[in-house]
Amino acid sequence: MAKDMMTRFELYRPADIAGALDLVDKLGSDGWLIAGGQDSLDWFKDRAKRPTAVVDLSRIESMRGMRETEDGLEIGALVTVTEIEESTLIQNFYGVLADAASRVASPQIRNVGTIGGNVCQDTRCWYYRSGLDCYRAGGSTCYADTPEAMNREHCLFGADRCVAVSPSDLAPALVVLDASMVIQSKDGERIVSAEAFFIGPDVDIERMTVIGPGEILTTIRIPNTWSGATFYFEKVADRNTWDFALVNVAAAMRVENDVIQDIRIACGGVECVPRRMTVAEDIAKGSAKDEETAKLAGGSAARGAVPLNYNHFKITLLENLVMRAIRDS
Amino acid sequence: MKDPTTFFSGSSPTEADEPQLTRCRSSRRAFIKGVIASGAVAASSAYFLSGCTPGEGPAAGSVERLISLHINGKIRRVDVLPNETLAMTLRYKLGLTGTKLACDRGECGACTVVIDGVTHYSCSTLTHTVGARSVRTIEGLQGPDGELHPIQQAFIDELGPQCGFCTPGQIMSTVALLEKNPRPTREEARRALSGNLCRCGAYDHYLNSVMRAAEVI
Repeated sequence: MAKDMMTRFELYRPADIAGALDLVDKLGSDGWLIAGGQDSLDWFKDRAKRPTAVVDLSRIESMRGMRETEDGLEIGALVTVTEIEESTLIQNFYGVLADAASRVASPQIRNVGTIGGNVCQDTRCWYYRSGLDCYRAGGSTCYADTPEAMNREHCLFGADRCVAVSPSDLAPALVVLDASMVIQSKDGERIVSAEAFFIGPDVDIERMTVIGPGEILTTIRIPNTWSGATFYFEKVADRNTWDFALVNVAAAMRVENDVIQDIRIACGGVECVPRRMTVAEDIAKGSAKDEETAKLAGGSAARGAVPLNYNHFKITLLENLVMRAIRDS
Repeated sequence: MKDPTTFFSGSSPTEADEPQLTRCRSSRRAFIKGVIASGAVAASSAYFLSGCTPGEGPAAGSVERLISLHINGKIRRVDVLPNETLAMTLRYKLGLTGTKLACDRGECGACTVVIDGVTHYSCSTLTHTVGARSVRTIEGLQGPDGELHPIQQAFIDELGPQCGFCTPGQIMSTVALLEKNPRPTREEARRALSGNLCRCGAYDHYLNSVMRAAEVI
């Protein structure tokens, strides 16, 4: 039981964003933000991360709830994954996000875990999570990319010293919906597209998103560009509950007279960021929405993939998922 | 001398036997709880009690240690560390050991409790974040005279549990499901209980129990 006790930290529960920003500014690298805490507490219990102060955002009312705006939908970063899954608004107009939410973790985790936490969660590479001094943890080696390493879950694309992948199911859905992320700090607010929000090891090997010290993701905005479009989401994981995606795919497309006018496809579990399938999109755009286009686009999905020792299967999986996204949507 | 086979025949004990059996059972439980409590103090005093040393008050703006929790319809005052999970508070501070701790990582569901009608993994909930919300544990289900809740009875009638360790969690997930959706389909029930592992693999028995509970409630 001793191992499961978290190390001591002070817990702060600010009531508004200003209070939270004051705290993260004051605490600096000693502080750690939690929303649902479903990922964070595991880090603390494993003692792989030992913050001395934790800032719990869950009291901040302005970060809850969602509302329709002229240009689309605003979702507070504290909206739970269950709320996303059960929102009729999201089901009716942005179905790909509701479908993705329904496949996240387990009911209890969806009840507590937030959309903000889901997109900010850290990677699942177990070498990293077990507290080894890998590149991502500030060290000088990658334990997952060696001849003996168990890297079945690791990346096909974009490896740069680190081979970890994006764990989120909501992230690819937000990328295809062209969402933007509202990030606040004491200096004000900046808005980053979902695609630019996630960063690979080539940009910064120690974090997964652009969120830097003193910043908080407060809102996610979904434009109505893809409202009511044809959507597809599929996640393949070893277990139906709890498990993270080996590969997941999200797609949004506009189809007229069986011809794909416009399309966006993104996949998780294959790169450190949700990967836009730009070649597949270019193939599908302007083509008939049929088996032939689906096969052609799917066949392009893994172009440029560099598999590791144990994850060659992801190439076929990725190709099939992209194919199905076009054929079965 | 009593025929020893009566112990295994499944026949109900005589009236004279019953009080003794009951007493036996409760004292065994009390004994085990006592051992757990003293063991917990010995094993984890370094972590659990370190916060109790004088002069180590919370930093300015940090949470207060003494808080009130709404648990099973009662208000409980309790001294809670900032890094304490609800499962720890329930089991080791409030003696509510019906909530089980297994993985302590939100990966099994044994510690499931219902907070404001929604299931939570109590091992993955910091006690301080519960605030004024109302917590229900398996102990809160029984009636005023100790009679079983219809869901608990349905689980017994359908022989839901095998070893029983995951049962409180399975039942709490069922409580939340049936409050929200009193007539679930078997598939909806399967989904609602999908965050609760059963290493005996008694999933079908549990689903039978949920479906029976839905009929009798």
